[in-house]
Amino acid sequence: MAVLDILIYPDPRLKQVSKPVEQFDDALRAFVRNLEETLEAGPGGVGIAAPQVGRFERIVIVDVSCKPKIKHHGRLVLINPEITSREGTVIGREGCLSVPDYTGNVARAKFITLRARDEFGKAHEFHMERYEARAVQHEMDHLDGLLLLDRLVSRRDLFRRQVKESSPAKPHPE
Amino acid sequence: MKKWFMLILVGKDQPGIVAQITRALYEGECNLGEASMVRLGGNFTVMLMVQFAGDEQALDHLVGPICKSFNLRHHVDSIEGELLHHVEPDVRITVYGADRAGIVAEATGTLAEKGFNILNLESDVGGTAEDPIYIMTIEGVAEQGIEILEEALTKLAQDQGLETQLEPIDTLIG
Repeated sequence: MAVLDILIYPDPRLKQVSKPVEQFDDALRAFVRNLEETLEAGPGGVGIAAPQVGRFERIVIVDVSCKPKIKHHGRLVLINPEITSREGTVIGREGCLSVPDYTGNVARAKFITLRARDEFGKAHEFHMERYEARAVQHEMDHLDGLLLLDRLVSRRDLFRRQVKESSPAKPHPE
Repeated sequence: MKKWFMLILVGKDQPGIVAQITRALYEGECNLGEASMVRLGGNFTVMLMVQFAGDEQALDHLVGPICKSFNLRHHVDSIEGELLHHVEPDVRITVYGADRAGIVAEATGTLAEKGFNILNLESDVGGTAEDPIYIMTIEGVAEQGIEILEEALTKLAQDQGLETQLEPIDTLIG
């Protein structure tokens, strides 16, 4: 087990697209353990993506279980993840282990359906909402070379969306 | 040894102000820090951190000719330039209602009493000439907790006929 070095923007490697995982073997599982340890070592992170540590494969870990009073699925190892449906939009503030001392407001889908494999290659489907869905979308962006810096919204936009967000007409899709 | 200055500019908005001012600063061997540039009621306003080897007078001379050509007023102050130590807001507050004098003083006075430290405040006057509305969004740190602010804002809304919203900012680090 090892804590891996995190790439920091403007490292150009953070902007590259990662490849799907093909071999679900012991080497993959060893890497996943190191990635978990790296996430735990970071300051308050709720997710990490393999390209953040210089491995350009479609692997992310998300764990928002430390946040009180939210729906979540615990610690998730998501390999070759794909979002199959998105519903609603919500703006929230994000920071990134790869972009220190900066946070910004980013619009994300409020509800997502996600398909992914675990580190043994088993397929799973998840219905996620809000904070956990945001964390997954943030980490999956890393797999496509995107950072929160690519998705910033202005504060004026924030007010309009916030009012829209709190209006009662929004149906829950589940 | 370069020192930090705050350069403040105010004048009637016209195209090209930012480009020409920043070009003059760059050619004068200045480095720029954080900036707020915004159009307020038809005036273009700039607050710009400038790192410069000379003194206030030399910086004043550097931007003087361009300010004159755009008919801008300007002001230079020596400051402490504290970069890369951002304080993260944990609450976003929106206050809006029919425009009248006193909204900002009442709202911010109430918040200050309850230990709220403002990091950003933006306000706009919208609506119509006959019925203008005042819209203010504030981000800051709730140093005595959010509950006490919520109570105070509810009372403010009732007493002053304003609409208020408070939203915790839970910054996601991924």
